[in-house]
Amino acid sequence: MKRKRQKTKGVAAERENLSRRDFLKGASVAVSSGLLITEAQAASSPSGPEAVAGPGPVAITLKINGKPHKLNLEPRVTLLDALRDYLDLTGAKKVCDRGVCGACTVILDGKPAYACNLLAVQAEGHEIVTIEGLSHDGQLHPVMTAFVDHDAQQCGFCTPGFVVACKAFLDKHPNPTLDEVEEGLGGNLCRCGTYAGVRQAVLEAAKTMKGGKANA
Amino acid sequence: MPKCKYDWPEAGDRKLIGQRISRVDGPAKSSGKAKYTYDVNLPGMLYAKILGSPYAHCKITALDTSAAESMPGVKAVRKIQDVGKEIQWVGDEIVAVAAESEDIARDALDKIKIEFEQLPFLVNEQDLSKAGDHAKAAGSEKSGDPDKAFSDPDVVISEGYYGIQTITHCCLETHGSVAEWTSPDTLKTYFSTQNVSGIPGEVGEALRQGGIDIKNNNIETICQYIGGGFGSKFGADRWGIENARLAKMANKPVKLLLERDTDLEVAGARPSSYAKIKVAANKDGSIVAWQSDSWGTGGPAGTTMPPIPYVFTDIPNKVTRHVSVGTNTGPARAWRAPNHPQAAVLTMGALEDLAAKLNMDPLEFFSKNAGLAGERAEVYRQELRKAAELIEWEKNWHPRGHQTPSSLKRGLGISLHTWGGRGHNSNCNVNIHPDGSVEVSLGSQDLGTGTRTVITIVAAETLGLPLEAIKLNIGDSKYPVDGASGGSTTVGGVSASTRRGCIDALDQLFAAVAPSLGVPADQLIAADGKIQAKDDSSKSLTWKQACAKLGVKTIQVTGKNPGPCSLGSSGVGGVEMADVTVDIETGIVKINKMVCAQDCGLVIDMKTAESQCYGAMIMGISYALFEQKIMDNITGRMLNPNMEFYKLAGIGDIGELVVHLMTGPGYDERGTIGLGEPPVISPGAAISNAVANALGVRVPTLPITPEKVLAALEKGGIA
Repeated sequence: MKRKRQKTKGVAAERENLSRRDFLKGASVAVSSGLLITEAQAASSPSGPEAVAGPGPVAITLKINGKPHKLNLEPRVTLLDALRDYLDLTGAKKVCDRGVCGACTVILDGKPAYACNLLAVQAEGHEIVTIEGLSHDGQLHPVMTAFVDHDAQQCGFCTPGFVVACKAFLDKHPNPTLDEVEEGLGGNLCRCGTYAGVRQAVLEAAKTMKGGKANA
Repeated sequence: MPKCKYDWPEAGDRKLIGQRISRVDGPAKSSGKAKYTYDVNLPGMLYAKILGSPYAHCKITALDTSAAESMPGVKAVRKIQDVGKEIQWVGDEIVAVAAESEDIARDALDKIKIEFEQLPFLVNEQDLSKAGDHAKAAGSEKSGDPDKAFSDPDVVISEGYYGIQTITHCCLETHGSVAEWTSPDTLKTYFSTQNVSGIPGEVGEALRQGGIDIKNNNIETICQYIGGGFGSKFGADRWGIENARLAKMANKPVKLLLERDTDLEVAGARPSSYAKIKVAANKDGSIVAWQSDSWGTGGPAGTTMPPIPYVFTDIPNKVTRHVSVGTNTGPARAWRAPNHPQAAVLTMGALEDLAAKLNMDPLEFFSKNAGLAGERAEVYRQELRKAAELIEWEKNWHPRGHQTPSSLKRGLGISLHTWGGRGHNSNCNVNIHPDGSVEVSLGSQDLGTGTRTVITIVAAETLGLPLEAIKLNIGDSKYPVDGASGGSTTVGGVSASTRRGCIDALDQLFAAVAPSLGVPADQLIAADGKIQAKDDSSKSLTWKQACAKLGVKTIQVTGKNPGPCSLGSSGVGGVEMADVTVDIETGIVKINKMVCAQDCGLVIDMKTAESQCYGAMIMGISYALFEQKIMDNITGRMLNPNMEFYKLAGIGDIGELVVHLMTGPGYDERGTIGLGEPPVISPGAAISNAVANALGVRVPTLPITPEKVLAALEKGGIA
């Protein structure tokens, strides 16, 4: 558990750096210069990076799967609730709701992030990719195909988070070893016990994706 | 040639059954398109939250919800329990609030004024001496003459203490529903449930008792996908009923899914079991006597005794006594193979310790005593041989204590298990339309076990069509009534009703096409997308041509289970073995490898069947090493109602896993038997035995945490 996840390498650790620390900053509802707040966003924010947002709804635009979505949200609304409750993008699941299980994993500026651990206002100005953005016109992403082929899913509730995390992992580790897979996917939990299939699926997807990021 | 009309095809004739077929809803799940109850978003939908009791045992003395009711955005407030009510566990529901957003609903809960009188409580049962009048004698059985058997000077006796903790179900999708009144007397509900066909009746009855006039035929329950159940989601539950009431009050759809902490506190617990056990064997290793004093809790209702001695039920001299401890904790729910993992940990631990005392290899010991397992003795012998081969027992096992000087100690362990798994009652509508399309409909549900896939395979195999030709409808109470998915009863039920329905539908199709082919209907077969004469393949029609002979009339038949011809049976055995390494400096247990040899009769889909076993071993590793519902004696609360401290095994914790399903002659002819429960029974016991083998001393209770390993080593062992 835990043994793997405590190490400081790998995608899971990167994700923690991104989300947990920022959550603490974000939780104060101050849109301050957290790790996530890029220069681009600071520039686009009319009242500057130190402005305090809320407690009432604020207008934000989230760029999700390449498309802008205008929303009017209280600053306390998490990115996960924004996706699920306000945009009906329900692929990311709410499971632990505190940055442990990875079922809500999305890709933020190319890195995996727990959407339950980010406020929607923090995600403004960033490129957000959700599971819905990984398949196009019914064409499964190679990671999804590998999950189907290796039966890396049972009830399927953790699966979208796993697929997104795998995609982000493989982008960084195109030729992973089994140890790297176990470490890199250590931030996602499954209850039905699909890890045996997931291990195979990730290694298989690495092969099919080699030489280019098909459907990426 | 099958002996009975509906029999499964002979091995050589099976095109799909037994193959490795990917689950048919896999793409929907892996692409995030599968809609679970939690994902149902309806126009104008409200979000409900529940205020639960903060105390383990208390009485409500004051309750004022007016401030919550007057909050902007709050649309309905329901007092579920009011002043004077006595509450028996933390998290028991008191008030439900529906509001325009999750955050407003949460704010509204904060505005509720409530006072309690706190009452004495008990939340931990492991120390029976502190249970007082919460502990009640709950059964005793005796056979043979155990006193005499234990006093025989020639027997070897082993005595020990063994236990298995309370764990939660921790379904990734919490319990709950979405309720929508589509007209004043019509209710549509989306439930995260293992019992689609059973929910409308339960909801209707409860609503009528609560003064809402509704007829069952105006209630629909839908569950296309469920994020885990494991035995905890059979009923509508009070929150499900209350949600329907909130929706009625607000006249809007309402979503009520439990929060993670509440779900872990109230919505699923597997009872604990502890026991002091004495066992005796002759010097040749044959077990002659068993004595156990067991206890455990499953919440307020206590527990029943696990089926001990487990598997080796024919031990000639036995006495068992059980004490049930009622505690102020969330009530127990069925957890995959209720009471069997407990029985395995108690029995296999005690017996493996006895083998060690006899200086016998446990593989030899369990094989020698397989005769005590009744009619499945030979199956166990075969499975013990297979599992031993897969884990290389001969090469890797060593007697306790014979170890290398390294701080890493390796050990192997065994456990055996059994389960019933007969198919439940099932109804399956099969429609063959004149355009050739085929629809198969059942009010069943797919928990992730592969039910959709199994039904589709059976229908396609029977009709001689490809999988894609079958349109399958499940997960809705408007389809024919089917059983709840529990106790490994689903595969036997749905596969049999589907088989019978498809064969009866084919009979009608054969009758319709026989005249034009000039072949008697009983000489026709369906294969490879054609209807053709059994002995003359030149006389054939494509499926589509054949269906066109129906004119405008669709064939509809209902296949049932139970029904004619035996398509399934009950009773399986299974053997699991674990290979672990324990670090005696840190106490950390690492799984090197686990193997599972399991029978389940005729396998419909090898791929999803194996997944059941892989998943079961992983769940087993999780409860053997990590999971525990930790209750606090001072506050009466669960200390870890979250997923960072209620620990599930991760992908790096599972080691190498090998599954071997026993198939072929001797197994296939038994027909389908359920597989969901059996393989999850043995991992705890097998891992505990492997750790004992590695350390030379028993870590008495699960989970086997580093702390407990080090404590056991201090008491005695190889360190």
